[in-house]
Amino acid sequence: MNETSAWVILIAAIFTNNILLSNFLGMCSFLACSKQIPTALGLGAAVIFVMTGTVALNYWIYHSLLVPLEIEHLQFIVFIAVIAAFVQFVEMFIERFSPPLYYALGIFLPLITVNCAILGASLFMVIRKYTFAQSMGFGFGAGVGWALAIVLIAGLQRKMLYSNVPWPFRGVAITMIITGVMAMAFMGFAGMVTIQ
Amino acid sequence: MTSSPPAMLPGGPGGVLDGKGKQTFLDGIWGNNPISIQVLGVCSALAVTARLANSLVMGVALIFVCVGSNLFVSLLRNVTPRRIRMIAEMAIIATFVILFDQFLKGFYWEMSRQLGPYVGLIITNCIVMGRAEAFALQNRPLVSIVDGVANGLGYAVVLAVIGFARELLGAGTVLGYTVLSTDWYTPCQLMILAPGAFIALGLLIAVYNGFKGPEPEETTP
Repeated sequence: MNETSAWVILIAAIFTNNILLSNFLGMCSFLACSKQIPTALGLGAAVIFVMTGTVALNYWIYHSLLVPLEIEHLQFIVFIAVIAAFVQFVEMFIERFSPPLYYALGIFLPLITVNCAILGASLFMVIRKYTFAQSMGFGFGAGVGWALAIVLIAGLQRKMLYSNVPWPFRGVAITMIITGVMAMAFMGFAGMVTIQ
Repeated sequence: MTSSPPAMLPGGPGGVLDGKGKQTFLDGIWGNNPISIQVLGVCSALAVTARLANSLVMGVALIFVCVGSNLFVSLLRNVTPRRIRMIAEMAIIATFVILFDQFLKGFYWEMSRQLGPYVGLIITNCIVMGRAEAFALQNRPLVSIVDGVANGLGYAVVLAVIGFARELLGAGTVLGYTVLSTDWYTPCQLMILAPGAFIALGLLIAVYNGFKGPEPEETTP
């Protein structure tokens, strides 16, 4: 497990261990923002960026501050603070240096602080004892996997506008079920690469 | 529901379960259930429900965190500056999550290992944050506790139902005891795997919608 190459982890995080479809993380913003493809793309890009950044930061903080000081039990509160601060900083940075990007991503950034996929990626990194390279592969891969899933579902949602869904299923219920079918499709990748 | 005459209240002398308290309680469990109506906190609802025991522990965890954070956010509501309230809420919630996580690690290590990161992820569970923000900030501590219990319970009940169905159909067991013998029942592996979780929750929400009846504007397609 510790010898697994970062590239294998990257591929696994996108396809076989998709953070949304097999670990169920990031469902809240997934349900809220999967109606239109452009919105899904914007949120997906923001998640990839923030997830890679925060996993790297949290790796460094966990291994150079929390472990030497033996305060690992504070990891939750430290990680969430790092994520909130990172998002805030990135928002100010982008606003200052790239206004077009800010207007494209801006509204999605605050949402991301409470996206459980971001915190989940950091927690998985600790639980699975990744090295730094592996963590980077995992953070980036998990972000890409999440973005892929939300964009695909947004495409399916568009098709569903024209179908006659029975009334109790309208809204969230049918979204859940098509997500389940999509998760089944992604299980076809199982066996391609294995982590854990 | 601002205030109700005390005569018609079954709630008791303390005033905790006065009109508002009772309404708050029922809303949390049925009328405005956190999962099936507000669709909050579904991540863990999907992730831990492969077995009933895990679902129950997660339900207890959420009740504990919800009550604790609602109580403290409500107690501190008059002294918290408006601009930093999010961070204050986050810190309070994280404190209670750490408490519960340490408790699990200390006394129920096996359960803690199975739940993995999902205990920590209660911090970003939108239910807790949502209740602190939407309810505890505006209300007195006692009513806030009722709201915390109710929303935690509403969440726990949904988790228990999904966990029961998935474990029963997927493995033929309930809390580890065999109910549907494998002699004549072939376990539906799908229910334990990831897709089963999505489908089970989708069906549950559909059934719930069915009980509530169609939305007024949607009755005529």
